Amino acid sequence: MSKGQQLLNWIDDRFPLSSMLKEHVTEYYAPKNFNFWYFFGSLAMLVLVIQIVTGIFLTMNYKPDGTLNGAGIPVAFASVEYIMRDVAGGWVIRYMHSTGASMFFVVVYLHMFRGLIYGSYKQPRELVWVFGTLIFLCLMAEAFMGYLLPWGQMSFWGAQVIVNLFASIPVIGPDLSVFIRGDFVVGDATLNRFFALHVIAVPLILLALVVAHLIALHEVGSNNPDGVEIKKLKDDKGIPLDGIPFHPYYTVKDVLGVAVFLIVFSAIVFFAPEMGGYFLEHPNFDQADPLKTPAHIAPVWYFTPFYAILRAVPSFAGTQVWGVLAMGAAVVLIAFLPWLDKSPVKSIRYRGSKFKAMLVLFIISFIGLGILGALPSTNVRTVVAQIFSVVYFAFFLAMPFYTKNDVGSTPVPTRVTMSTPARQVRFAVLVIVTLVAATLFAKFI
Amino acid sequence: MSEQHVDTGRRRFLTVATSAVGGVAAAGVAVPFLMSFAPSERAKAAGAPVEVDISKLEPGQKINVEWRGKPVWVLSRTPEQLKNLATIEGELLDPKSESPEQPEYCKNATRSIKPEILVAVGICTHLGCSPTHRPDIAPADLGPKWVGGFYCPCHGSKFDLAARVYNGVPAPKNMEVPPHKYMSDTRLLIGDDK
Amino acid sequence: MNKTIRQLIAAVALVVPAAGAFASAAGPALEKAPINVQDTESLQRGAQIFVNNCLSCHSASAMRYNRLTEIGLTEDQIKGNLMLATDKIGEQMNVAMDKKDAKVWFGAVPPDLSVIARSRGADYLYGYLRGFYRDETRPTGWNNLVFDKVGMPHILWNWQGEQVLETVKNAEGHEEHKLKLVKAGTLTKLENGKANTAEFDKRMADLTNFMVYMAEPMQVKRQQIGYMVLLFLTLLLLPLAYFLKKEYWKDVH
Repeated sequence: MSKGQQLLNWIDDRFPLSSMLKEHVTEYYAPKNFNFWYFFGSLAMLVLVIQIVTGIFLTMNYKPDGTLNGAGIPVAFASVEYIMRDVAGGWVIRYMHSTGASMFFVVVYLHMFRGLIYGSYKQPRELVWVFGTLIFLCLMAEAFMGYLLPWGQMSFWGAQVIVNLFASIPVIGPDLSVFIRGDFVVGDATLNRFFALHVIAVPLILLALVVAHLIALHEVGSNNPDGVEIKKLKDDKGIPLDGIPFHPYYTVKDVLGVAVFLIVFSAIVFFAPEMGGYFLEHPNFDQADPLKTPAHIAPVWYFTPFYAILRAVPSFAGTQVWGVLAMGAAVVLIAFLPWLDKSPVKSIRYRGSKFKAMLVLFIISFIGLGILGALPSTNVRTVVAQIFSVVYFAFFLAMPFYTKNDVGSTPVPTRVTMSTPARQVRFAVLVIVTLVAATLFAKFI
Repeated sequence: MSEQHVDTGRRRFLTVATSAVGGVAAAGVAVPFLMSFAPSERAKAAGAPVEVDISKLEPGQKINVEWRGKPVWVLSRTPEQLKNLATIEGELLDPKSESPEQPEYCKNATRSIKPEILVAVGICTHLGCSPTHRPDIAPADLGPKWVGGFYCPCHGSKFDLAARVYNGVPAPKNMEVPPHKYMSDTRLLIGDDK
Repeated sequence: MNKTIRQLIAAVALVVPAAGAFASAAGPALEKAPINVQDTESLQRGAQIFVNNCLSCHSASAMRYNRLTEIGLTEDQIKGNLMLATDKIGEQMNVAMDKKDAKVWFGAVPPDLSVIARSRGADYLYGYLRGFYRDETRPTGWNNLVFDKVGMPHILWNWQGEQVLETVKNAEGHEEHKLKLVKAGTLTKLENGKANTAEFDKRMADLTNFMVYMAEPMQVKRQQIGYMVLLFLTLLLLPLAYFLKKEYWKDVH
C-alpha cells in the first residue's frame, strides 16, 4: 500500500473523507444534458469565494468610522481611498470585491432563472429552492449593508431611504427605524453595526445556507433541461442511465465556464470597474453628507426591479407602507413557487403556451422594472412601472390557474435529450432579442 | 458512455497543463493579496528619513528625534567623553563593534561619522526599554568607575557613550546605530545614507 | 487595441439593462474634455496648475506628492516646484486653510478634490473650469454655466478674462445659454470681436487631465495589467479548458 493510501485510510477511519468525495463529487451522478444555464451554480460558488477572500483582506485596512479626519474627510471614506492608493495591490482587491458584488447578482439571477424555466423547484426539490431563496435574501442584505461601508453619498442616502422604509410601518415604524440605525440619522453607529453584520453575521448565515442548499440538492439529485428524473432509469449497477459522474465530466465543464467567467470578470476589474456607473455609482465618490441629498438617488442595479415596485405603489390610507409590503412580497413570493406551480411537467420544453406567454410577460416586466428603477420617475414611467408590477405579481399569484393542465404538444420523454444546433440558434436569438429590446426600452422610456 | 478509444496520454497532458495554468493564475491572483501585507505608502511616509538641525547642539547635549516611531538619540560628546571611550573598553562586551549593529561607516572607535556626534536608536537591546542618559561621573548608584553612559532602568543594563553594552548586564548587544548621513555640516538625515 | 477593448466593454455595458440612463441627465450639454492620462507632459502641466491654484483652498488629501513620480517628475522637481518647503515628499496634498474660515468665506467648505473627477466626470470639470461668467447678483461677482450659483470665485479670471452669459435662440427655436468673452485675459485674445481661447482651453484640459489622473492614479497601470491578464486567460486558460472539456466529453453520448 502506498504512503498516500495509508494516510487516506488513516483519515477515513476517523473522518468520512473518501465517502464524502464519492457521494458529492466522483460518484454524484448528474444528468448528462446540462446546458449553458447550469454554469451559474458553480460560478456563484466561485464568486462567493472571491467575495470572502477579498473581503477578509479589505477588512485589514478598512475603518468603519464615520467621524471626520484631520482633512475633513470621513475616516471610512478616506480608508477606502487609502486601500485604493496606499496599500500595495489594494485597488485590485477592492475592484475584485466591488465587481464581485455585482457579478454575484448576475450569476444568481441567471441561476434562479434557470430554476424557473426548467421547473427545478418542483417536487422533490422544494427545499433546494427555499434554501436558494433564503440565500438570495441574505445576499440582498449583504449587498445592502456592504454598500454603506464606502460612506459615500449613495451609501449614505441609499441606507437612509431603505431604513426609512421601516419607518413607514404603522405604530412601531419610527421607533424601529431609530433602533435599526442606532441613531436619529444614519451615522457612525449605523456604519459600525452594518460593518459587523456585513463581515461576519450575514456571511456565516450565507455559508450555512449554501451548505444546506447543496446537501438538499445532492439528496434529491439535479434536475435538467428536460425535467426528467434520471433516477427512474438505472442500469444493473444502480447508476442512472442518463447520469454521468460529476467528476470529471462536470468539473472539466465548469473549469471551462470559470475560464469564460474570469475573462469577463477581469475585463470589468481592469478596464471598467465602475461599469459606466452601474457597479460603482458616480455620486458615491462624494463623501457622505447628511445635509445634501444627491440630485438622483438610484439603488445599485441589482435592487432596481424591487425598488421600482416600491415606487410604483402609491401611498394611501395615510401611509406608504404598501409599497414596502409590495416590495417585500415580490421577494418572498419567489420562495413559494414550488407550491404555486401546479403544472404536471417541469421543463418549459414540455409546457403549454399559457406558461410560456406568462413567462415572456414576466421577463419583460422584470427587466422593465429593473430599468425603471434606475431612472428618475416621471408620470409615464410610474404608470409603466405599475403595469409591470401588476404583471410581476400576476405571474406568481395566477400561477396555480394558468399552469394547471398546461402541457405542450410534445410529451415529456423518458430519457434526456441533448442540445441541438437548432435549439442553440433559437436560444441565441432569444438572448439577442431580449437585450436589444431592453436597450431600446432604456433609451426611449 | 463508451470506454473505447480513450486517449489517456492526451487526457493526462490536458489535465496537467490546465492545472498548471490554473496554478499560475492562482499564484498571480495571490500577488496583490501578499503585497497588501507590506508597509503601505502611509507607513512608508511615516517612516521616511527625518532631517535634524544640529547647529544648536552643544557639546555634552543630547536631543531625541522620532524616526519610525522609535526614539533616536543625537548626542554631542565632549573631547573628554571621547577620550573616556577608549579607557573603558575592557569592561565592554563588544568594544570593537563586531556585531553588525551599525552601518559599516560607523564601525569605528566612536561608532559615528563625525567623532563627536553619536546617532543611535535609543532602545535597549534587552527588552526594548529606552535607557536613561547618565553623563554624570561616578554617581552613587552607578559606582565609582562610571564615566558617563546610558543606564536602562528596566533591568539595569549599562551602555557607554558610544551606546556599547557593558559586560555582565542583561542586554546582549550594542545599541543600534541607524543609517544616517550629513546633508551639510549642521543638517543630519536619519534613516537614509544614500 | 486599448480603444477596441474599451469599445467592446462599452458595447457590453450598453446591453446591461438600463444603460443609457445617464443620457437623460439634466443640465447643459458638456463638451468632451480633450484629455489623455497617458500624456505625462500634459499631466505635469496640470499638476503645476493644480498645486499653484486649486491647492490654496482645496485639499487632495488622498494624493501623496511622491506619487507624482509616476507622471515623470523627479523627487527634486516635486520638492522644488510643487511643494511648500515644510511638506515632506510622502505627505498628502493637504490644505492649511481652516475649514470654519472657509465656510464663512465661501458659504461652503471647498470640497476635497482627490476623487472629484470620478464623481463629476472629466467633461463636467472641463466645462466647469471654463464656465465662469460675470454675474453681479452673486456675492463673488461670478457665476458658472455648469454649476449655477457656485460659491467659488473665478480664480483664473486673469488668465481667461471675463465672460458674460448670452441667451440665444438656436436653429430649432429653443433658447440656449452661451458664454461670450468680453474682456481678454493673459491667455485669451479678443480681436475684432472674435475670441481666441485656445491657450486657456489647453491649460484647462491639462488641469482636467491631471484631476482625472489624480482620481485614480493607478488607472494606466490597471489597464496594462489588464491586457496581460486577458491575454493569459484567453490564450492559455480558455483554450486548454476547452480542449480538456472536449476530450473528456468524448465519453458522453
